Amino acid sequence: MTVAPAERPAAASVSRRVAIWLDRRPRVRLALLLAAPVGWLVVMYLGALGVLFLNSVWLRDEFTGLVSRTLSLDNFIEIATTPIYRTVLLRTVGMAAAVTLTCAVLAFPIAYFMARVASPRVRGLLVVAVLMPLWASYLVKAYSWRLILSEDGLLNWLLAPIGLRGPGQTEIGLWLVFTYLWLPYMILPLFAGLERIPSSVLEASSDLGARGGTTFRRVVFPLVIPALAAGSIFTFSLTLGDYVAPSLITTTQFIGNLIYLNFGAPNLPLAAALSVVPLLVMLGYLALARRLGAFEAL
Amino acid sequence: MSGRGARWGLIAATVGTLVFIYFPLAVVIAYAFNSSGSTSWPPAGFSLRWVDAALANTGLRDAFVTSVAIAFGASAVALVLGSLAAVAVARYRFFGRQAISFVVVFPIALPGIVTGMALSTTFATTGLPLGLLAIVIGHATFCVVLVYNNVVARMRRVSRSLEEASSDLGADTWQTFRRVTFPTVRSAMLAGALLAFALSFDEVIVTIFTAGGVQTLPIWIFRSFRLANQVALVNVAGLAAILLSVVPVYFASRLTSDTGAVARG
Amino acid sequence: MRIHRAMMLIAASALALSACATSGTPKPSFNLPTAIGAGEGALSVLAWPGYAENGGTDPTVNWVKPFEDSTGCKTTVQVFGTSDEAFGLYTTNPGKYDVVSASGDASLRLVRAGYVQPINVDLVKSYADVFADLKDKPYNTVDGVHYGVPHGRGANLLMWRTDKVTPDLTTWSDMFDPSKSWFTDKKISVYDAPIYIADGAVVLMKTKPDLKITNPYALDDTQFQAVVDLMKQQKPGIGQYWTDYAKQQQAFEAGDALVGTTWQVITNLLQAEDPPIPVKAIQPPDGATGWSDTWMINSKTPHLNCAYKWLDYIVSPEVNAQVASWFGEAPGNSKACALSAADQANCDAFYAADVNYWKSVWYWQTPETTCVDGRTDTKCKGFDDWVKAWTEIKG
Repeated sequence: MTVAPAERPAAASVSRRVAIWLDRRPRVRLALLLAAPVGWLVVMYLGALGVLFLNSVWLRDEFTGLVSRTLSLDNFIEIATTPIYRTVLLRTVGMAAAVTLTCAVLAFPIAYFMARVASPRVRGLLVVAVLMPLWASYLVKAYSWRLILSEDGLLNWLLAPIGLRGPGQTEIGLWLVFTYLWLPYMILPLFAGLERIPSSVLEASSDLGARGGTTFRRVVFPLVIPALAAGSIFTFSLTLGDYVAPSLITTTQFIGNLIYLNFGAPNLPLAAALSVVPLLVMLGYLALARRLGAFEAL
Repeated sequence: MSGRGARWGLIAATVGTLVFIYFPLAVVIAYAFNSSGSTSWPPAGFSLRWVDAALANTGLRDAFVTSVAIAFGASAVALVLGSLAAVAVARYRFFGRQAISFVVVFPIALPGIVTGMALSTTFATTGLPLGLLAIVIGHATFCVVLVYNNVVARMRRVSRSLEEASSDLGADTWQTFRRVTFPTVRSAMLAGALLAFALSFDEVIVTIFTAGGVQTLPIWIFRSFRLANQVALVNVAGLAAILLSVVPVYFASRLTSDTGAVARG
Repeated sequence: MRIHRAMMLIAASALALSACATSGTPKPSFNLPTAIGAGEGALSVLAWPGYAENGGTDPTVNWVKPFEDSTGCKTTVQVFGTSDEAFGLYTTNPGKYDVVSASGDASLRLVRAGYVQPINVDLVKSYADVFADLKDKPYNTVDGVHYGVPHGRGANLLMWRTDKVTPDLTTWSDMFDPSKSWFTDKKISVYDAPIYIADGAVVLMKTKPDLKITNPYALDDTQFQAVVDLMKQQKPGIGQYWTDYAKQQQAFEAGDALVGTTWQVITNLLQAEDPPIPVKAIQPPDGATGWSDTWMINSKTPHLNCAYKWLDYIVSPEVNAQVASWFGEAPGNSKACALSAADQANCDAFYAADVNYWKSVWYWQTPETTCVDGRTDTKCKGFDDWVKAWTEIKG
């Protein structure tokens, strides 16, 4: 207690001097703010991606299974010349596109209701209601669908009285599961996008004689394209890289399963080269989404 | 979109979507209290046997604790990094500002398997052992954006003039931060950190590649599919996982009225 | 721009790093220990689920605790799901696991990569009692050097739902026959790993003798192509690939699968359900693939004495019997059968001492380009080719 008062002003004055010095130097302040986050992302993320690239141009010693650090494009040549890899890649991209499209269609009514129809109170509740399951254990949801889709599972049980059967544990079942898993990722940005449209724009359209459908097509839809693009980044990317849900639900291989198989084989270089493929696909998709204004809506 | 018909159509669609979103979770809960170990529908009856078995399972308990610890670590790192980047982007104009918002989103916009492979190969190449550290690094990296988005959104709404006034009144950098900036973004930071916690707690795609043998709760669940006498426990573990990711998200959305920012995660 | 440069910098330093590291495999020149000393106080175990139970699964099933109590070696257990996963854990973390229970399709890879060390089997008291037909196998002994202690074995069996499939099946060919109802209904369940290709080879050994396959893990180009074609022909009938018990158990329970390759333990679990699922599993006279597991010691272990103590403990008759009946397999120790009536029953159920039963079982083994059947005039397909072919078979 006797020391503290003597120390405090000294400490305070040091910190004050630093503060005054900093006040005059916004560039230094900025540098201090950015050092940690930028350093982290560059080293831990971009750096790791760099090492991934590096591994993809290395080879594997077949005898020992160890990585041999010889530069070579063999892995990429292998991927490009083996038809099965192309088939699987196309199937994966197709699935990602189908899931994205379905999510967009399913998300529209609820997002529109939340943004333009519901009272503020209901809107708040709905946002929480859509948000919460988004974070509830992905694995458990996928597993739950495996049970639901199985031969004597819930879906067939529900459909039996009306003489129908569910899709079972097939690609169609998986498409349903993916749509389920990523739907909230589409609803929320779309809701935000719809909410941002000023009411006056819609009124103007209606005043000018446009009917509901026309207003939707010519006014609402163009205005929410950035939000749709933003949501689609998630639905597309999450489907593209998933290997757990496919192996839980179906017998079909997706690009993630091939990466996982070769990671475990283990053929790290080939797995690395295979991961570069969805990376490139996604970079292309991001470029496209950016042109549609997705990053302003993110 | 006017007229009663359209309105009722929208309400029906909304209710339908919510049912679609929630019924698989209900199925998990139903099975968690199933009195039989079988997976056929409907469950045979109500019992707490799997809950009891889950509570007695030390492997499951350890995995749960590990997941909580990792989620704390990852959200703490994300909290610091995301907040710093957010303040920089919201309050300064500088070359590369756009690039930062881009790079922050990157880890979550790219497929998880790419992030997982990148970290895994990096650790293998540098000879560092995979494990807790690798998991926390991986999780923190894609969680930064959650804190960042929340804080940036908050700072954009809070006028700069408050900080300028503080500084005009003679407050230095620290004082302005402590008394003005921090109180306004505090709840946004916490909301972001809660979301980061929930995301980390639940993550499995990146974790499988970086775990190197560490068992998180999702990995325990994943592995339990391979253990004959543990499958029924998966539903109970799932119930725990649902609760522990839903509760932080609920509080996060209470903390921030700007729900859109949460959605942007 | 700045980010760009930083990335190049990182790539450059990673390259520099890689240049420093040595590549290739050091062949261990090894002095075998001659006695087991005092324990180092710690041991890290990598095992198939069910092989090193510490009460985590079922509080009453615990043979790690008695080991810790008697040796003072604090033991941590990590389980793996497939041989590939086990090997992967070694590549990403070579120093972490002191001992590992490796199946034949992982053990040889571990030896080749230098991850495991030669063993002085004289230090393992029970080694003498291990069934003779488990010793000196190519997957546990290389050039006369022992790399581990055999632990237990099992055959991959042919299982079917007796209420939906009649008459009883007698041959693996039933799983490859497009005219069968379970084939057209996609109700076949098979193991999901490249090593399953060997099952196709076993079928062809019987049905296409002119291919002259003498070992399902030693396939030259022609033989391999024939096997792959057979597997592709089976693909339309497959409703499920399984690596986890749960998946197959549920599938048979729910009727998603009616015929499949399985492990005895899964059959037992299905029959033990309430009400029991009507299934039957046999080892068809065509022979079968199977697994034989070996406990091995990490070449870099800092806990060598604890590792030896573990090997000595885990294959001792009492513990070996416990593990075998918990996991559902034939114990490796011949003395594990006579301990009690229950142990004898387990041994009988798994044909532990039936030499003839095991004669037709081809234990999993890593395929290598040097043919493992001893042929020197041709090259065989190595594991990389098996992985690639597996990808193509699954489509």
